[in-house]
Amino acid sequence: MSAEAIKIKKGDSVLKGEGVTKLFGYGKTRTLAVDHVDFDFHAGEVISIVGESGSGKTTIAKMILGLIGVTEGSVYFNGTLRDISSHSKKKEYWKGIQAVFQDPFSSYNIFHKIDDVLLDCINLMGGRGYSKEKKEELMTEACSFVNLKYAELTNKYPFELSGGQMQRLMIARIFLLKPKILIADEPTSMVDACSRATILDMLLKLRDEIDMTIIFITHDIGLAYYVSDTVYIMEHGKFVEAGSADSVILTPQAPYTKRLISDVPKIHEEWDLSTV
Amino acid sequence: MGKVILEVKDLKTKYITRFKEAVYAVDGVSLKIEEGKSLGIAGESGCGKSTLALSLMGYYFAPLHYTSGEIIIDGVNISGMKADTVRKNILGNEIAYIPQAAMNALNPTQKIIKFLEDVIHAHDPKKSKNDIYDMAVERFADLGLPKEVLQKHAVELSGGMKQRTVIAISTILSPKVLIADEPSSALDVTSQKMVIKMMRELMEKGYIKSMIFITHELPLLYNVTDDIMVMYAGQMVEKGTAKEMVFDPIHPYSKGLMGSIIVPEEGTRDVKLEAIPGTPPNLKNPPKGCRFAARCKYAKPECGVYEISEKKFGENRMHRCIYDVDHLREVYGE
Amino acid sequence: MKHQIKQIFHSPKFVVGFIVFVFLLLMAIIYPMVSAVGPLESMSKIKFLAPGTYINVEDTLNAEAGVIELDVVANRVIAALTEDEKTKMVEWLELYGGVEEGSIDIGDAETLINTWNSKYDEDIRVTGTTALRKEYQRLAARVENLLESSGVSIAEKNENGELEIVKSYKTKEFVGVNDIANKINFPLGTDNFGRDVLTELTSAIGTSLRLGLIAGLIATLIGLTFGLVAGYCGGVVDNLITFLTNLFTVIPSFILLVLISYSLGQGSRSVEIVAIVIGLTGWPWTARSVRSQVVSLRNRDHVNLSKLSGHSMPRIIVMDILPYVASYVVMALILQISSGILAEAQLSMLGLGPSTTKMATLGLMMNWSQQASAWQTGAWWSFLPVILSIALVTFSLNLMNTGLDQVFNPQLRDS
Repeated sequence: MSAEAIKIKKGDSVLKGEGVTKLFGYGKTRTLAVDHVDFDFHAGEVISIVGESGSGKTTIAKMILGLIGVTEGSVYFNGTLRDISSHSKKKEYWKGIQAVFQDPFSSYNIFHKIDDVLLDCINLMGGRGYSKEKKEELMTEACSFVNLKYAELTNKYPFELSGGQMQRLMIARIFLLKPKILIADEPTSMVDACSRATILDMLLKLRDEIDMTIIFITHDIGLAYYVSDTVYIMEHGKFVEAGSADSVILTPQAPYTKRLISDVPKIHEEWDLSTV
Repeated sequence: MGKVILEVKDLKTKYITRFKEAVYAVDGVSLKIEEGKSLGIAGESGCGKSTLALSLMGYYFAPLHYTSGEIIIDGVNISGMKADTVRKNILGNEIAYIPQAAMNALNPTQKIIKFLEDVIHAHDPKKSKNDIYDMAVERFADLGLPKEVLQKHAVELSGGMKQRTVIAISTILSPKVLIADEPSSALDVTSQKMVIKMMRELMEKGYIKSMIFITHELPLLYNVTDDIMVMYAGQMVEKGTAKEMVFDPIHPYSKGLMGSIIVPEEGTRDVKLEAIPGTPPNLKNPPKGCRFAARCKYAKPECGVYEISEKKFGENRMHRCIYDVDHLREVYGE
Repeated sequence: MKHQIKQIFHSPKFVVGFIVFVFLLLMAIIYPMVSAVGPLESMSKIKFLAPGTYINVEDTLNAEAGVIELDVVANRVIAALTEDEKTKMVEWLELYGGVEEGSIDIGDAETLINTWNSKYDEDIRVTGTTALRKEYQRLAARVENLLESSGVSIAEKNENGELEIVKSYKTKEFVGVNDIANKINFPLGTDNFGRDVLTELTSAIGTSLRLGLIAGLIATLIGLTFGLVAGYCGGVVDNLITFLTNLFTVIPSFILLVLISYSLGQGSRSVEIVAIVIGLTGWPWTARSVRSQVVSLRNRDHVNLSKLSGHSMPRIIVMDILPYVASYVVMALILQISSGILAEAQLSMLGLGPSTTKMATLGLMMNWSQQASAWQTGAWWSFLPVILSIALVTFSLNLMNTGLDQVFNPQLRDS
């Protein structure tokens, strides 16, 4: 699926991939997790990469984040070829791209207090030298953005909060870091249905404020449809379809996409069980 | 109004923690299921739906303890029964229970046919292995499972196949009630569809007389069960038919819950997703009055004072809110 | 953290092991200090004194005596006669004394003596060889001798060179033990060098514990570092360290210990050196287990997020991975200490342990005892308490470890 087919373009290209591939293992156990994919993400755009487990969507997320290496292909960051060969270059890259993960419980180091988590972000942004008051001000601002009160959280450990609160704290972290690109890997799958909307709203609000690109990795096609501008459908390491949310979901072209949509239970339409 | 297969009257069960504290997980739940019908139980995590499923089996083991209430299956009251009696006479042939992630609990060293032999021998020790095999083949064929599965081990099967096998094994004795706790959550969408199809077939072909389906995924309930019951903090807050619950929810919590459904259908992008702030109350010390009041948009001071009992309305619907139906419909209409 | 510590002390297994361990530790520290003798002070030229109180003979003679009505003679006779002699007495009585066969219990010496006294007549003819007759005569004379002991006299040479009786003691005179100035109690006797076993033992426990601690710390530190680095870095570094670990595993550590100890030679094997050697050969299993834990930890979300925050690899290892393996490392340390003590005991018994007679370790005590043929001479006090001590030390450590395991791995809890 080539990048030209994508109709919606909001702003400049922040992240572009050409022929990105990831090969794991050697010999008989070689697996092609990601198979020569192309993508083009723009500033302020909300993208979803939808796929079932094993489709390679987590692998591609980690490659975009720079946590695992790219076997073949090129990645362009803000128009220029991405160079993350050394630790200091990676550090520079990570000032512009961050992530929110699926399981809020395992996203925290259980030995560190909430204050440490937020202070860490402030330090990363160069705020190591700030005064105590300024740091506290920043942390309070971040917490209130996600409807948490810093005064109640200080000196507590993350596991003393609920799942939804921990996930929101992760978003507070993003608020402090203000990256240009955010990868959200199933951010609401471990959160209650009632709190899902809150998480999504906060992420979209951030996007509005700082023109951040959000890339959702999800298996929930309904969620992808609701929240994204652009949807990429992934199967066995390849993008089988990509386009605006409306076009992909309401008028799917690829057979895999059609099957995926028909397999999800519906409310207003008849859910045809005979096709299984 | 068909025969009532399962009736629950004001069931209360609790957990006793290591520190001897009581957690009132199921606090006064009543329901009725007729022959040929299915009930879906929806709610957030921690609302007590899984505990309710466990309690309905009548088989309690620490830290779960029975407090009060009645469970009547086809006229037989099992609530006072001893655990052993329940195990011998009730489990398997009257009630079948499929816990969450049951497919991961299959012993990897045994063939599938062995599980069937175990279940059948527990109730009819004299049945021969050949008879069991024939019975299994017939049932599996009827449910769309290939008979080769019987000679395989659990590790050789895919996730969807495993779960369908588990369901087939649990219902081999054609129990009156099947209780399934999140039977399809860990599966991909296609396998999920297969599991749902199989459960519908079980009901249609009469292998089970009624079903209780527990999940947090509402679109699924809408397509599977006849009625839906929403639970919150150990209590039932609303009950009605699936269609009524999804399109005309009355209780503020159900309204919020239904408002958080997203499906890949036209029109989804135009509606704003609803969110309910806050977290469910701690069931060690349930709050006085309405348990949802702390998070409710429409709460008034009286909500925290009076215990709200179930109110009937419409045709067999029920809700637990201090306001009456018309008032709520008016407020929602704004 | 605090909650875990509270939980640890609620675990019955840990508490029992801890109490035993602390008791042994306190014994090792306090007893040598309060003991009348030094731990390696040779107290006697006689090998293997049996446990008991030893009193000075001169003091006994000089102390004030009083008469107590106890049948001392019979006791002395009984103590002096051998089993053979007693058997012979019974034989004569049954054959010639008119005593029914089997009616005299050889164990009841008092009755035996009394019966002999009343029935024995040297004029009764004994059938058999002359030698047999003479034997019975000798026996009778001996018994009579013993029975006749009527007290003891001490004589000294006076100015004329003649023996003059200075003091006499009646047969039933006793002195009180508390009146004797010089006495010494060896609760566990002495070893072949004449050293008080109890003092030596408690000091040996202390030394062995110290040795175990050094060995355990070294082994755990090496294992931890290798495990962390190999697990986190993966790739070539992992392969190298795993190769090294496998090398040390394949070669039996005991053989390695023996070889190294032997090559160090007699001169340079102090307790500390042996401890270091044991530590240097015992680390592989710690390294392997830490490595596997780290491998599963390095893909956790919080580690990834730490990377995304730009933290350096050493910082991630120390702050994000190490605390998660800490509880395991504590348990590994305890087990390493325990196995270190055992390894030293084994080495010392072969004569390859610390080559010193200035400090005792549990293994060395076993070695000395064995070299002096304690088993053959029946000097059980020189090795049995040592065995028990080794068993108790390792038992208490392992029990503490099991208790900790149940706290850190809730699935293992009994309830």
